[in-house]
Amino acid sequence: MTVRIRVIPCLDVAEGRVVKGVNFVDLRDAGDPVEQAHAYDLAGADELCFLDISASHEGRATLADIVRRTAEVCFMPLTVGGGVRSVEDARTLLLAGADKVAINSAAVARPELVDEIAQRMGSQCVVASVDAKWVPDPSVRAEPVEARLRSRPSTGSGRTASGAGRYEIFTHGGRRATGIDALEHATRLAQLGAGELLVTSMDRDGTKDGYDLELTRMIADAVDIPVIASGGVGTLDHMVAGVREGHASAVLAASIFHFGQHTVAEAQDALRAAGLPARHPEPYAGTRA
Amino acid sequence: MKQQIALIDYGAGNLHSVANALKRVGADVALVSDADSLARAERIVLPGVGAFGACYEGLAGLPGMIDALERRVLRDGAPFLGICVGMQLLADRGLEHGDTPGLGWIGGDVRALEASDAVKVPHMGWNDVVLADDASGLVEPGEAYFLHSYAFDVTNEEHVAARTDHGGSVTAAVARDNILGVQFHPEKSQAYGLALLERFLKWKP
Repeated sequence: MTVRIRVIPCLDVAEGRVVKGVNFVDLRDAGDPVEQAHAYDLAGADELCFLDISASHEGRATLADIVRRTAEVCFMPLTVGGGVRSVEDARTLLLAGADKVAINSAAVARPELVDEIAQRMGSQCVVASVDAKWVPDPSVRAEPVEARLRSRPSTGSGRTASGAGRYEIFTHGGRRATGIDALEHATRLAQLGAGELLVTSMDRDGTKDGYDLELTRMIADAVDIPVIASGGVGTLDHMVAGVREGHASAVLAASIFHFGQHTVAEAQDALRAAGLPARHPEPYAGTRA
Repeated sequence: MKQQIALIDYGAGNLHSVANALKRVGADVALVSDADSLARAERIVLPGVGAFGACYEGLAGLPGMIDALERRVLRDGAPFLGICVGMQLLADRGLEHGDTPGLGWIGGDVRALEASDAVKVPHMGWNDVVLADDASGLVEPGEAYFLHSYAFDVTNEEHVAARTDHGGSVTAAVARDNILGVQFHPEKSQAYGLALLERFLKWKP
């Protein structure tokens, strides 16, 4: 076959605790990121992502410890992001046991950081985040409502590259505009040596309306490195669409897994049922705990 | 009984992940960065991620380490496992930003994978391990986690233990005598990878 589409649960962590609720049974402490990571490892997640959204310096400091304890009990690839601003930040997380670090706002402020980390630790460990939002063209905004509606397709995100606007990079959880074109930024990060791109639609994040397929496809088709689709998953069909129509190599999701709506295995099954390559995780056996 | 495994510590990024996985399957892991300690090791594991040249320099930078490895592995026959770039280092040379020598234990070159419309590089994710001529008897068919942009073109087909596919055939494992190398990451391949490490601990080549 071929390399499998990766199904990646993402845990938001703040001040050392998982932020979004979780529905795993049998967890002694559902807020403990290490316990949740372990549960996902046993459930056959293809990779795991920790995104640290701590507000405080102390909260950030606990992240390396969480990563270290996770790496002792999880035997799947682990991506860790949030607050990585220097080569030293990346090194700390990698030495603690992260396999990859996600570079978020620092990649906007100083894209060269991607190159610096890739030079020292290798491209394979650099995940560059692309947080994008659709920004309508102001001249189009001034048109009558009917004209705007006519220019929109009846399905999908309603965003086309027809000149009615463009995707731009946003920071601070989608609140702050940068004026940077998303496609230019994504291709630059790839040229600087990112090993993959985590493309998040800030319009869709938290909506359960599905990935922004046009955004995902636009970037995936423009770069040689893998793209992870992120932001907006509400159903298993959304994951399938992220690959089929968004051309993503991996699909990231949070609440669909955390609230027990679907298991990782169901996501892998749905991908396979759609004719896409997905993994059959083996159960753990024969090894000592 | 716990076995002493020497895990070569030359600055490779996946050192602790490999140590964790080996401990999980019952190994007594010693992080070894001096040549003398290697003489006592029953088994040797060479990790590695990132660039071939940087990894080779890291290994060659440990005084006497390459000589000690050759004595222990090639002369004494200690079971050896190379992982990812630790496997690629077995080649004659790495063709990456020029030409870097390798250990030359298994003939061949390490070359860049080429991206295309259908193939992304790095080769990142779970893929098949399809058995070829596995001299070690340790590799099982299954799915393992790969993460690499370069691949080992092996000169002698008999040394290819397993293959995978990423825009064409890619070497997934090499084996010769007491030497096993895997391109994938057993320390990141959940049950499949832990089982391979467990077999390596019991290996009597």
